[in-house]
Order: sequence, then C-alpha cells, then structure tokens
Amino acid sequence: MILLRLFWEFFKTGLFAVGGGMATLPFLRDIGIRTGWFTQQKLADMIAVSESTPGPIGVNMATYVGFETAGVPGAVVATLGLICPSIIIILLIARVLKQFRSNQTVDAVFYGLRPCSIALIAAAGLMVAKLTFLNSDSAGAGIAGLLNWKAVLLGAVLLVLTRRIKPLKKLHPVVFIAASAVVGIVFAF
Amino acid sequence: MKLLSLFLSFARVGVLTFGGGYAMIPILEREIVDRQGWASSEELMDYYAVGQCTPGVIAVNTATFIGYKVAGNLGGVAATLGVVFPSLVIITLIAGILTNFADIPAVKSAFSAIRVCVCVLIFNAVLKLWKSAVKDRPALVIFILVLGLSMFFNISPVVFVLFCGAAGIALTRLGLRGK
Repeated sequence: MILLRLFWEFFKTGLFAVGGGMATLPFLRDIGIRTGWFTQQKLADMIAVSESTPGPIGVNMATYVGFETAGVPGAVVATLGLICPSIIIILLIARVLKQFRSNQTVDAVFYGLRPCSIALIAAAGLMVAKLTFLNSDSAGAGIAGLLNWKAVLLGAVLLVLTRRIKPLKKLHPVVFIAASAVVGIVFAF
Repeated sequence: MKLLSLFLSFARVGVLTFGGGYAMIPILEREIVDRQGWASSEELMDYYAVGQCTPGVIAVNTATFIGYKVAGNLGGVAATLGVVFPSLVIITLIAGILTNFADIPAVKSAFSAIRVCVCVLIFNAVLKLWKSAVKDRPALVIFILVLGLSMFFNISPVVFVLFCGAAGIALTRLGLRGK
C-alpha cells in the first residue's frame, strides 16, 4: 500500500514540477508535511546528499525519499513514479516538437508557470532556512538567542564565496558542501 | 542491441552528471553527439530547451527525447531508465550507510553546517532562474502571491501550478505581458 502511495505522490511530482530538479523540492516538502514520512530537517539533509552525489538532483532526491520511506523497493518505486509522466509527455511532444516550440498557448502557460515555479522553490528554501538559522529552543533568550550565530556567519561567508569571488563561482556545489561539513565538525555546529 | 547501448550510454551520462542542469550539457555533447552520433549539437540544445520547460527532471526529459529519436518509444524508455539507474544504486548505498551513522555527533555537526550550505545553494538557484522567469510586473505579482500564499497556508504546489498556468494564458490574452 505504501508503495502505491509513493508511486502516486512521485507521479504527481513528476507531472507538476516544472523547471528541473530543484523544482521538485516544494513537492517533496508538501509530501513530508502531509504524510509524515520524513521531517523537513531530514529533507534538507537529503538535498545535500543529492547535490553531492552523481546523477540528476531530482532523481537523487526521489530515490532517497523512497528509500527512507520504504527501503529499496521504495527507492525504485518513487523513481519510476517520478519519471513516468516525463516519459509519457516527452514521447507525445517528440512527435510534434516543431509545433510545440512555436505554439502560443504553450508559451503563455509557461509564462505563468516560470515565476510560480521559482516562488515555490524560494518558499521551500525559506523553510529550510528557518530550521537552519533559528534556534528551536530559544524561549526567553531574546533576539540574540533566537539566531543560530554560527550558522548565520557560515551562511554569510558562503554567500560571498559563491556569488562575489569569480574563480570560486564556477566551482561545483559539492566543493562547498564538503567544506561546510569540515567547518561543521571543526566548530561543533 | 540499440536499446542496450542507449541504456548503457545514458547510465554513463547519469554517473558523470553531478548536480544536473547545465552541468550536464558538455557530458551529453561528448557521449551523444561526438561518441554515438545520435543527435547534432543543435538538436541536443532543442531537446534541452524543451526539456527545461516541460514537467519533470531536465536530464530525464532530454534522455527520453534522444532515446525516442534513436529507437522509438522503447528507445525513450531505455534511455530514461539508463539515466536514473546510477542514482538508484548510488543513493540507496549512501542512504543505507548514512542511516547507520546518523547518530554520531560528528555526522550531526557536519550535516548542521551542510544545511547552511544547502540554503545558500537554493538561494543561488532562485537568483539564477529569476532572470528568465520574472521579466515584467505581472510575473512579479505571480511570484509574490505564490511565495506569500505557499509560506502561510498549506496549499498543494499542484494547485499553484494549475492556477498559474491558467493565469499565464489569461495575462497573455489580456495583453498584459511585458508591462
């Protein structure tokens, strides 16, 4: 039964997540909240692993969530669920590729979908940020105690490194993830 | 035979793709255009462009396109299964190992810090997509509405996607695009 539900949840994700791997994130967040299969914190860890291992992020995340939920069969079923809509849709479009690319209705739909897609990613990202930068047990500690200062500092450094320093901008995310892991262990995050 | 070589070729692409997205293009060029001659660079860019604006993971969509071109429907399926196969094996192994080590303090510390990095990576991804997605005021309004509503209410992303697709058609018909 859980396998059937996994397949269905990931089928929906594959059908409605537009804009590549990261676009699956809001759907995974939604699945986590509704089913209780995994926490938001666990989801953030799964993103990290998915970014640092070979394979497309969207597929990696589906496999991971599936595995966490129902072991190896879960991993297989979630991944198949995710790719099923793609296969069906692309096989249909491949027959009429030229018309599809110049179709005005298709263009209009995606004009509305693009800002929606990044807003959903941003909202999911803010959820992860809330878990990461705010202390959960800060009752009565005031504003200074509310923020996790180590995390804020590391975030600021990473932001500057990934956006402002030219030679570092082109580096693969796995480099920053690995560096963060080392910082986390050394400074006991 | 063709199906097997499609599967194997795309399994190779899957192993070499780190992170997906644009990182995948040079790898696809080498494997599909140079090595196998299954598609031209232009065709590849076309597939990639359409794969980007259709639902699903871009790598999967591109694989289905090329597989279909080489060997029809079954080719599309074989290529797609190929591109996800390495993920299945690698992630299952890592997830299995991590579950056993998740309670070690050092691993917990590492992941606490990695989560910070993930926030920065998501933020960067949003900024990168922003330029092509939010080009005018109506698009900005959609962005703000979806962000606000999805943060404060528990609405399924499916609902937003359906509404915004319809809004895209309505805004285009009303001539509000580009304003």
